Amino acid sequence: MSYDAILKEYPLPPSVKQEIKEELERLKPKKNVAKKIVDLCYQAYLSNLIEPGEAVGIVAAQSIGEPGTQMTMRTFHYAGVAELNVTLGLPRLIEILDVRKNPSTPMMTIRLLPEYAKDRDKAREVANRIEATHLKDVAEIEVDLREMSITIKPDREAMNKKDLTIDELREKIEKSIKKGAELIEEKGIFVVKVKKDSYKVLMDTFEELKELVVMGIKEIKRVIIRKEGEEYVLYTEGSSMKKVMKVKGVDFTRTITNDIYEIYEVLGIEAARTAIINEAISTLEEQGLEVDVRHIMLVADVMTADGELRQIGRHGVAGEKQSILARAAFEMTVNNLLDAAVRGEVDYLKGITENIIIGQPIKLGTGDVELIARLGVRR
Amino acid sequence: MVFKGGRSMKVSLQDHVLVPKHEILKEEEVEELLKLLRVSKEQLPKIKASDPIVKEIGAKPGDVVKITRKSLTAGVSIFYRLVVE
Repeated sequence: MSYDAILKEYPLPPSVKQEIKEELERLKPKKNVAKKIVDLCYQAYLSNLIEPGEAVGIVAAQSIGEPGTQMTMRTFHYAGVAELNVTLGLPRLIEILDVRKNPSTPMMTIRLLPEYAKDRDKAREVANRIEATHLKDVAEIEVDLREMSITIKPDREAMNKKDLTIDELREKIEKSIKKGAELIEEKGIFVVKVKKDSYKVLMDTFEELKELVVMGIKEIKRVIIRKEGEEYVLYTEGSSMKKVMKVKGVDFTRTITNDIYEIYEVLGIEAARTAIINEAISTLEEQGLEVDVRHIMLVADVMTADGELRQIGRHGVAGEKQSILARAAFEMTVNNLLDAAVRGEVDYLKGITENIIIGQPIKLGTGDVELIARLGVRR
Repeated sequence: MVFKGGRSMKVSLQDHVLVPKHEILKEEEVEELLKLLRVSKEQLPKIKASDPIVKEIGAKPGDVVKITRKSLTAGVSIFYRLVVE
């Protein structure tokens, strides 16, 4: 006998149905008893739903705000991965809700394709392709003031480690110096001669060459390989989803970054919503705070409702409110009132804040219900 | 998408773990949905036509996209967004 047929008639969420089904399968009641149980569950479910008109936003704000006061002010913490710095606690939460375009510690978690994930050497190979290698890491660079030239002595050992060939190196250097100088190769040593007889040009070229990225992705400053269960996972300092997803050996579908704006750009608004929820939950959990996901989901929904990421604050959700009084009550009171006066804006007093300010009943809960009597209509 | 080594592979953004399933709703389904929710099209949440996933499924402004999310509370939840410019 299957209980699915009984459950099918009730519009319960899938996870609730699954839970009831498991419990029923354990108890194995008769069909009529099972029906009664499911019916009672459905009643309980209905009575647990949020009432229409409930101030869910306020409840969410309080529910996230209160534990927020207990978060540590200590910003840096070595989380999970050794030697990798990640912003945590309140500053991180603010960063998430503000949708910062450049988070203070961008980080990626890169998972690898099956053929690379099992083997440490193969994982290292992928890591080399990702981690930015500067010219100064694989070569000795010196300025010769008398000759007005820069000598670059490639370090064979370092290059072998990185799996980099002389030809690749030459190509990169040639690309970097372009017209301003010329490259001469002597016995495996590169000499860059500046065409213009200027000390400044020479030093500028020198600085440029030192920071020249000869291999890897510019944004990724460091890669750390860690074994997680059966597979090797790469953690990076710095983030560039677009470039990393094109690297051979990377399993793009399971590669994530903590830069929410980047996720929005590469994967769209829905992925950004998921990312906001995941990041907020993990930030709160790491601090040992328990906040119901429903509150965070509501916040994420509000932030993504318009199809673009809006921050919670003056430049986003709160600043785009239609009511002048509601905006003035939040931040920059004088500016808002003055601007509204100059533009001749009208406040229709439809929201909560405005009505509290002028002392009217607010449209929430029972205040949101209006009775309409239809006189003379008989049914 | 083309890899550095010249090896090319079809990778769909929708395969990513963070991206839920997006589908374009048919005309009849849209009408049914709006009737059920008692809202007009414009009252639905929006999604930009420039959104990478919208481009991938080829939705045009005015279409309604059905999004089947994995929900932490309900298991599966369905969401609708109107494609806008």
